[in-house]
Amino acid sequence: MSEQMTGAQIMCEALIREGVEVMFGIPGGAIMPFYFAMWEYRDRLRHVLCRHEQGAGHAAEGYARSTGRIGVCIGTSGPGVTNLVTPIADAMMDSTPLLAICGQVGSHVLGKDAFQETDITGITMPITKHNYLVKDANELPYVFKEAIHIATTGRPGPVLIDITKDAMQKSIVPNWDIKLNLPGYKPTYQPNRKQIREALKLLLQAKKPLIIAGNGVIMSGAADELRHFAEKLRIPVITTLHGIGSFPEEHPLSIGMPGMHGWVHVNRAIQTCDVLFNIGGRFDDRVTGKASTFAPNAKVIHVDIDPSEIGKNVKVTVPIVGDARATLLALLEEMPAREELADLHSAASDWMEHIREMQDKHQGKQQYVNRADTLHMTLPPHDVYEKINQTLALRGNYRVVSDVGQHQMWAAQLLDWNAGPRTHITSGGAATMGFSVPASLGVAIAHPDETIWVICGDGGFQMTNQEMATIHQEGIKNIKVAIINNGYLGMVRQWQELFENKRYSGTPLSGPDFAKLAEAYHWKGLTVEHSDQVQAAIDEAYATDGPVLIDFRVEREVNVFPMVPQNSSIGDMITVDP
Amino acid sequence: MKKHTIVALVQDRPGVLTRVAGLIRRRGYNIESLAVGHSEQPEISRLTLVIESDHVEQVVKQLYRLIEVIKVSDVTDDPIVEREMVVLKLHAPSSVRHEIVSMSGVFEAKIVDVGASTMIVEMTGTPSKVENFIEVVRGYGIKEMMRTGRIAMVRGARGHNASEYVENANGSGVVPTLN
Ligand SMILES: Cc1ncc(C[n+]2csc(CCOP(=O)(O)OP(=O)(O)O)c2C)c(N)n1
Ligand SMILES: [Mg+2]
Repeated sequence: MSEQMTGAQIMCEALIREGVEVMFGIPGGAIMPFYFAMWEYRDRLRHVLCRHEQGAGHAAEGYARSTGRIGVCIGTSGPGVTNLVTPIADAMMDSTPLLAICGQVGSHVLGKDAFQETDITGITMPITKHNYLVKDANELPYVFKEAIHIATTGRPGPVLIDITKDAMQKSIVPNWDIKLNLPGYKPTYQPNRKQIREALKLLLQAKKPLIIAGNGVIMSGAADELRHFAEKLRIPVITTLHGIGSFPEEHPLSIGMPGMHGWVHVNRAIQTCDVLFNIGGRFDDRVTGKASTFAPNAKVIHVDIDPSEIGKNVKVTVPIVGDARATLLALLEEMPAREELADLHSAASDWMEHIREMQDKHQGKQQYVNRADTLHMTLPPHDVYEKINQTLALRGNYRVVSDVGQHQMWAAQLLDWNAGPRTHITSGGAATMGFSVPASLGVAIAHPDETIWVICGDGGFQMTNQEMATIHQEGIKNIKVAIINNGYLGMVRQWQELFENKRYSGTPLSGPDFAKLAEAYHWKGLTVEHSDQVQAAIDEAYATDGPVLIDFRVEREVNVFPMVPQNSSIGDMITVDP
Repeated sequence: MKKHTIVALVQDRPGVLTRVAGLIRRRGYNIESLAVGHSEQPEISRLTLVIESDHVEQVVKQLYRLIEVIKVSDVTDDPIVEREMVVLKLHAPSSVRHEIVSMSGVFEAKIVDVGASTMIVEMTGTPSKVENFIEVVRGYGIKEMMRTGRIAMVRGARGHNASEYVENANGSGVVPTLN
């Protein structure tokens, strides 16, 4: 191809060459040339007009997290791109492949405080995997290819490209003959074989081994390999918040979620295990509690594609740098013959029995924590989860996007996660309230034949609910929103109740009539105030050919248990035993 | 906290120094000195950093997360040549000029400017020798001082050979370099 193209046309062409099909954004002065060009490409490159750039960023994240492909968002210079900062930071924390395309003022006025000029590369340096400022159209083919390569390989993450308006307008003959020049970026996928054998040796000698499965298992597509590996050695599997979906909870080796709102039996198992094999999790402080007290008896094997995660929070006996799937395949290859595993298997069944005893003692009570004293409540939140859970199991073909707060932890705890990788989508590392509604837009576009459930708090919902308009305008029908409406910034209120003597400073929260608001956005809106109405509302949501919002007005002051207070050992949980 | 000398090779692209400095700041490490310059390869720059930290492996690993960072090593305990340069403007009325000149001779420092009441002295050496020299001349009155920060190189065949990392980019597309 040797004809002239504008920089903006080259951008479209570059995105199509990288397999991009959809982008989420809002136009404005500096990015207008890109919007001018994308009109010609509109049958191959779908643009979804969002109502706020934060919404565009989260929608791109939802698309990326539910598919594993790059999510693309667009903002114009100044306020447009600063509105992208939150989703970019969110993508950085949760290792989401995101491309942010930013319009910048013309290069001749750059640095002169021109209209809507913001140093977005400077602002986002600490929250991107990499970023670029492009002032020359000739660089665009290379920069787009390198940016998407960096965002999607190794430990994925957000990459931002800031392009001056004149670079988009300039006509040049693009050169697509590109070989990436990245001597400093060579992610290690294949694990070191010696380390693999060391890890196996530890695991084979273990009496009380555990596997922690994190986001890395999902991102590398290693769910099947994880199952084979756990089954071969019969090791119990813990799934972190972002590991949910990597291992089915109905599997006999699955024991559940660890950490601040993990189950007592899981945290106690961690505190007594002798070998802890963490694959693709980063030992976040919400998992470890006070790190110096974490897993005191365990030799730790830590597999991560990012070497800087290994040894950062927890002392590691066998470090393995590599891709989760490649590592599990290597471990399976080195696996001894079945007969040699007999001793291990008999120890494993004692260990599992011990964990299940703890589980029987604690989990049932905590799952419906206030059950005994919730009998008087007209709508305890747990009833909503129970019915959603039953319905999902019955109907199948769904994904769940949760927001941030109590309702998020209940979703992780109370739903049975058996639908596989990428079916639980939430903001974990950054815990960004307002994530769920816009993220569901991206998920729904990527998976039009599935039902996308949003589980959201009344607080987070009010941060980004304007994207209901986008969802309507795009004709998206497969989103069903459940607001767990407790009239509080509930998670903060819970801490105030437990640790600050119920000083409810800044947490009581009012809202609109959410069902009416939904109707105003051309959605169906339903209100549920009593446990008896929950199932009917869920069924109506399914029966409705369009987006539906259900306002579940739940009991206001219910807590998430069990709980590890911040900076405590995960062995010391607050549990409520009725 | 222990002081560490770190040598890094980085791709010479816009913003790379900001990235390195920003990363070290936000991870909570203190930079005592940072020197940057060309390596023997035009597209690769070389940095010497002196950092106070008890977790220097984390500093090294975090630096590796930067896309342009090619090679990083803590050379503190390696056999190295370390050098620093200082330029000093001293208060030098005629009565003490002779003393300054002879003291400079002892330290192999050079007098590079003589004014009505000042002298500028330039001195290069190991960081401890530079430190010594500064202490010795402090008594005359230091009007201005500029130190370059430490630069380091591992002795012998081992080291940081930038040419090993130059890729033979055979694509003819435009790679961004300096802008
Ligand atoms: C953008 C943002 N602001 C503030 C917080 C702090 N925060 C964490 S949970 C929470 C309460 C969330 O309230 P709501 O959305 O109603 O959910 P609930 O906890 O009541 O289920 C707050 C304010 C946050 N995580 N994100
Ligand atoms: Mg709430």
